[in-house]
Amino acid sequence: MVDLPSGLLYTEEHEYLAKTDEEDVYRVGITDYAQGELGDVVYVELPAPGDTLEKGETFGTVEAVKAVSDLYMPVSAEVVQVNEALADDPSLINSDTYGEGWMIAIRVKDLSDLDGLLGTEEYSKHIE
Amino acid sequence: MPDPALKQTPLHDEHVGLGGKMVPYAGFSMPVQYPTGMLKEHQAVRNDAGLFDVSHMGEFEIRGPQALDLVQHLLTNDASRLQVGQAQYTVLTNTDGTILDDCILYRFDDHYMVVVNAGNLTKDRAWFEAASRGFEVEFADRSEAIGLLALQGPKAQAILSRLTDLDLDGIKFYHFADGTVAGVEAVISRTGYTGEDGFELYVPAAEAPQLWRELLSVGEDDGLIPAGLGARDSLRLEVGYPLYGNDLDERHTPLEAGLGWVVKLDKGPFMGRDALLRQKEEGLREKLAGFVLTQKGFPRQGYEIRYQGEPAGEVTSGVLSHSTGQGVGLGYVAIEATRPDTEIEIVIRDRPVPARVVRPPFYKEGSLRR
Repeated sequence: MVDLPSGLLYTEEHEYLAKTDEEDVYRVGITDYAQGELGDVVYVELPAPGDTLEKGETFGTVEAVKAVSDLYMPVSAEVVQVNEALADDPSLINSDTYGEGWMIAIRVKDLSDLDGLLGTEEYSKHIE
Repeated sequence: MPDPALKQTPLHDEHVGLGGKMVPYAGFSMPVQYPTGMLKEHQAVRNDAGLFDVSHMGEFEIRGPQALDLVQHLLTNDASRLQVGQAQYTVLTNTDGTILDDCILYRFDDHYMVVVNAGNLTKDRAWFEAASRGFEVEFADRSEAIGLLALQGPKAQAILSRLTDLDLDGIKFYHFADGTVAGVEAVISRTGYTGEDGFELYVPAAEAPQLWRELLSVGEDDGLIPAGLGARDSLRLEVGYPLYGNDLDERHTPLEAGLGWVVKLDKGPFMGRDALLRQKEEGLREKLAGFVLTQKGFPRQGYEIRYQGEPAGEVTSGVLSHSTGQGVGLGYVAIEATRPDTEIEIVIRDRPVPARVVRPPFYKEGSLRR
């Protein structure tokens, strides 16, 4: 069963955005569907905090045993934090992608960009 | 929906029942992993034990007064050195010396068995059948009648000993014996493709499911779990075993593939020998080399290899080693860049990542007793 928490925002490239305490800061990771398709994640390449990236730009890669997948910025933003735990244990993406398996925290440049993202229902249709 | 064009092994229903993720491989529907995942399956084989279905492999039987002559004619290793109960790794070469397949040859008291890769079965059978006409032999393809289970890992012998009276200590590496396992007639061979100690069990196809279940049941407390093609691939690559279709193909000879140790040019004439002698005299232009990335990265098949800034080859197999945490792989490289410690680069999505040529195995802690 694919886990699709409500209250998150999703992209067609199978990333999720989760709210934080700060209004313009979101945590980004890949969806449960994406980690299931990739299989065991063995390595993640992520940007450095402070990097500013445009919507659609590659912000990293996820390497699984059988496949590699690029990660795309869902909106234009500044990277404010990177999940350092993934360097030691990338399998957190498989075991707890919406929790300990988050990848980066971003400060969204223009909050109205978020309107273009998918809700839970739209995303679930997208992966059907 | 099952793909009707794909063949199934006798263990297909077991895999589906265990939740195996079935993928097409060499014309078969095979489990690439089970719900535990490739990583845990890989680690189980390194630390405890794993059980693989390798029934897709093909088995040929050759009997008759000239059986030895036929295998000597077709295969590069010297079959005359085999004792009854012994097996050898060998290569089936074309007349131009290129690799048609890599095989294991078993010598029984009254026949030989050749184990071939599933993807090459039809091609290999045609070669053997055609060559058989010139010899006093009987050739039979027994692939569909035989199921093959590989029990691999440091605890393999302890687990297997619970289901057989056979003296397993008496079976040395690349030797085998006939026996009974869980009441099933089996050829028990101390061989494998993981770098760990272990056994391959050749059994009647119809009885493979029963043996599969018995093994999983008696091995459970030792950590035995079923393992799929994904783990099989990462395990074999960590110890530098080549895979046909990736590292071995009809564009390369066994000398270029680093398999010169199973090419016995002095054993007498065999198919491809003249071409291989010529290549040996002229010298190799490229060779399959092992490499380790000196920075983090995951080398994959098809990535370019550079030496002194210039293209010098291509990765044929690569993995981020579960056991060492390093990116390791194999690839054909221009001969001047194949010496151990040569600094090369692997181009990972437009980014050259530094690497060092090394002689496999990349993982050296295996339980395999040679």
